[in-house]
Amino acid sequence: MNKEELLSRLKVIVSNYTQNKEALDSINEDTDFLKDLKINSANLVDVVLDVEEEFGIEIDNLSMEKMLNVRAAIEIIETKLHEAGRE
Amino acid sequence: MANRVVVTGLGIVAPNGLGIPMFREAIKNGRSGIKHHSQLQELLFSCQIAGRPELSAELISTCFTDLELRNFNSEGILYGVIAGMEAWKHAGLSLERKEDPDWDSGTVFGTGTSGMEKFREAIYKIDELQVRKLGSSVVMQTMASGVSAYLGGKLGLGNQVSTNSSACTTGAESVLMAFERIQSGKAKRMLAGSTSDGGPYIWAGFDAMKVCTYKHNETPEKGSRPMSLSASGFVPACGAGALLLESLDSAVERGATIYAEVLGGHLNSGGQRGTGTMTAPNSKAVQNCISTALKNTGLHADQIDVINGHLTATMMDSTEISNWCTALGRSGDNFPYINALKGMTGHGLSASGSMECVASVLQVAEDFLFPNINCEDLHPDIAAQIDPQKIPLQYQSHPIEYLAKASFGFGDVNACIIFKKYRS
Repeated sequence: MNKEELLSRLKVIVSNYTQNKEALDSINEDTDFLKDLKINSANLVDVVLDVEEEFGIEIDNLSMEKMLNVRAAIEIIETKLHEAGRE
Repeated sequence: MANRVVVTGLGIVAPNGLGIPMFREAIKNGRSGIKHHSQLQELLFSCQIAGRPELSAELISTCFTDLELRNFNSEGILYGVIAGMEAWKHAGLSLERKEDPDWDSGTVFGTGTSGMEKFREAIYKIDELQVRKLGSSVVMQTMASGVSAYLGGKLGLGNQVSTNSSACTTGAESVLMAFERIQSGKAKRMLAGSTSDGGPYIWAGFDAMKVCTYKHNETPEKGSRPMSLSASGFVPACGAGALLLESLDSAVERGATIYAEVLGGHLNSGGQRGTGTMTAPNSKAVQNCISTALKNTGLHADQIDVINGHLTATMMDSTEISNWCTALGRSGDNFPYINALKGMTGHGLSASGSMECVASVLQVAEDFLFPNINCEDLHPDIAAQIDPQKIPLQYQSHPIEYLAKASFGFGDVNACIIFKKYRS
């Protein structure tokens, strides 16, 4: 799965939680979930659960803490897919 | 000097009326909101009838965003927020989002439980070892103060934001707590109200206690029969009521419409002494609550025109009448008019007091008495104490200067509020 595809699938997930539609339209690897997308911090765990369901992976607590922006999210998803032998 | 407190907005989600216009029409016409619920039948409840408001997705979306509704399953919060926001708008207050909170406005919005269905959902997940899959939505929907917290955020309230809980006294208590906060000058506006979850997981305990009627499963609209000889237990219900209380100065300054004045009242407990237990009232305490409410508001018992009772359709109804007679020193044809909303709505538990306060304020504002439905066979123990004419069976137009509203709850707790027609 290439980065563009990962990003577009991630974008669909975060679109349910963002309060900033402009930042969503220009989403890229540097986009921060809290600062740019203005996602309520409580909803970060919901984003993680949706990512798990979308990609069929399980994200451990340590990785979860790091998932604060698009770059980290993509890295974690790629790693977990790799671990599962499904990249 | 104590501030005078007035009602400038009302909101309601009742089994027989969503919103004030529909509710007003319903209570004037004696329309019941009680229906048979097949879910209760399937779950083998003795009482299979109930009063449960039916909210459309459209109405819900006027108060909640799509994001808030993701994984949302907390009925009481829905009712409370919809009623609370209606009262706020009814008072002519703005919903425009400002940067700073409104330091002068707060809420005391009560409930008995919060998000019972959400809690059940969570328990199943936890027991299936899926705790990490709960997501973020459980705490705010199941914390008791969920309803006031949601309202606080939507309205930008910057004063006290709290939830009270005192069983079936909750709604009346919230009004008195909000009243005191404005009277003492600590807030200018308080949204007072209460809500209740509904459904089998709320009502089961009452069904098991055998305090609900099982004789009207085929005739739901006849099931809730306050003061009647054939009353055979209450009909469980849910919903929410809300009153925007405001200092008279603030209301006048805003040019707000004033629906009634809250003169004050009293809250007390019978301490589960004498005739009082966890589930039955100490009559001495009920009488003390009513007479202290009069004392606190500087009224003489003869000034009360109308009573809106607690009157649940159990055998305690005639005890309640006798307590009113003793406390007011009035009986026979000298007794005030009295009515019971629960005939039409059922017993909304923690929401009942606020729904009944809304009905009371409408009566005071518009000078009418709503009918006591299902009371054509008045209980002889009540007829022996007060003139049956004082229990109107039909809508009637009647000038009201002072109305006394009482609610009583498990734990042997009582509330009595005095509403007065507002005169500038």
